[in-house]
Amino acid sequence: MREIDVSRITDAVRRMCISANINLPQDMKDALLRARKQEDGPIAQTILDRIMENHALAQSGTLPICQDTGMACIFLEAGQDVHFTGGSLYDAVNEGVRLGYTEGYLRKSVERDPIRRGNTGDNTPALITVDIVPGDKVKLTVAPKGFGSENMSALKMLKPSAGLEGIKAFILETVEHAGPNPCPPIVVGVGIGGNFDHVALLAKKALLRPVDSCNPDPFYAALEEELLEEINALGIGPQGFGGRTTALGVNIEYLPTHIAGMPCAVNISCHVTRHETEVI
Amino acid sequence: MIRSIRLPLTEALSQSLHMGDNVLLSGIVYTARDAAHERMTEQLARGIPIPFDTKDAVIYYVGPSPARPGQVIGSAGPTTAGRMDKWAPQLIGLGARGMIGKGKRSPEVIEAIRRYHGVYFGAIGGAGALLARHIVKSELIAYEDLGPEAIRRLTVKDFPVTVIIDCEGNDLYELGRRSYLG
Repeated sequence: MREIDVSRITDAVRRMCISANINLPQDMKDALLRARKQEDGPIAQTILDRIMENHALAQSGTLPICQDTGMACIFLEAGQDVHFTGGSLYDAVNEGVRLGYTEGYLRKSVERDPIRRGNTGDNTPALITVDIVPGDKVKLTVAPKGFGSENMSALKMLKPSAGLEGIKAFILETVEHAGPNPCPPIVVGVGIGGNFDHVALLAKKALLRPVDSCNPDPFYAALEEELLEEINALGIGPQGFGGRTTALGVNIEYLPTHIAGMPCAVNISCHVTRHETEVI
Repeated sequence: MIRSIRLPLTEALSQSLHMGDNVLLSGIVYTARDAAHERMTEQLARGIPIPFDTKDAVIYYVGPSPARPGQVIGSAGPTTAGRMDKWAPQLIGLGARGMIGKGKRSPEVIEAIRRYHGVYFGAIGGAGALLARHIVKSELIAYEDLGPEAIRRLTVKDFPVTVIIDCEGNDLYELGRRSYLG
């Protein structure tokens, strides 16, 4: 049994909220640079240049890359031999978000009620996902997620008869319908299987993988590659002005599912796909 | 290739702009997004005027991040314009013919742009740090309680935008993609 005081979680979440919003992960920077080299149109090239210039300005000016500093999606893989001490784990995470968004001059974008609205003023509550895993460590991931892209995401309870073609058509339809709205070039997180609620979380978790990674299962890796090619043949391009790069990557995750179903969730993320991970 | 424009956006100016033009805007723009639009139109219905002069005005759909000490504003890129479609035609009708945002507009908004000779400009979504450098002054003028959604009067200098929908209703999202695909 290893004891971890929850104040360490608060401190890590605080730091990571600020840092994730200012520094884009290297895999995203590399993917944008590769995309820039492959673009042939001058409009698309200029947009990708400005996007990369924006990263440098955010870093040098300690400014968020994007003003939509998102809802704070916090993932904890907690070792089952860890004993959290010093208070509630969930409160500790929220305190980290509150401190990070306040001290880091990040935008507070959370409404306390979806219908009656009203800003909570400190970007809490966070969206917290805890998975219990073997071991005595905690893997903490902070992934701020903006809503320009979140709003263009979709979930469909496909039936087994729809087959692979049904899955592909749904993913392509979702991306085409999103068009310029989610700030392309996008990253496409896909969950397939499980049930209604698990498939959505799976799609979100797919976005946490590096954009240039592929699913370890060769069948899904090939599907990721095929879909990326088809998405980029849509011609939506950077910012939707036309071009080669509509998506930087497609990440697919799957789960076993029911004999009667084939759920599919498509979580779209923008060119500012942020995530930071630390092991405690 | 790149044209510089001094705001306000007069009818003559908007008529001289064409889909795909790259433009640098200088002058005053007003920020407003969902909550501010809802409140403005609610108040209009009760006879309370809009908190700025809408004639030839440009509305920037943005909810900036807070300024650090010494900064004019935080990160300040455009939000998805389509969420304002419900309210935009009324504001365009009141003279606020310029809009800055990102993403598709509804047929009703495009129709209002055509009728009142408006322009829908696109700024690069997700480039908030770069765009903030072109904002030289920011004053909160109304709805402070809305936090990031309050109305601000921004003075912009050489603020880079592209004409997405021009006063004839041409739409870069339709034609840009089509021309890329050949």
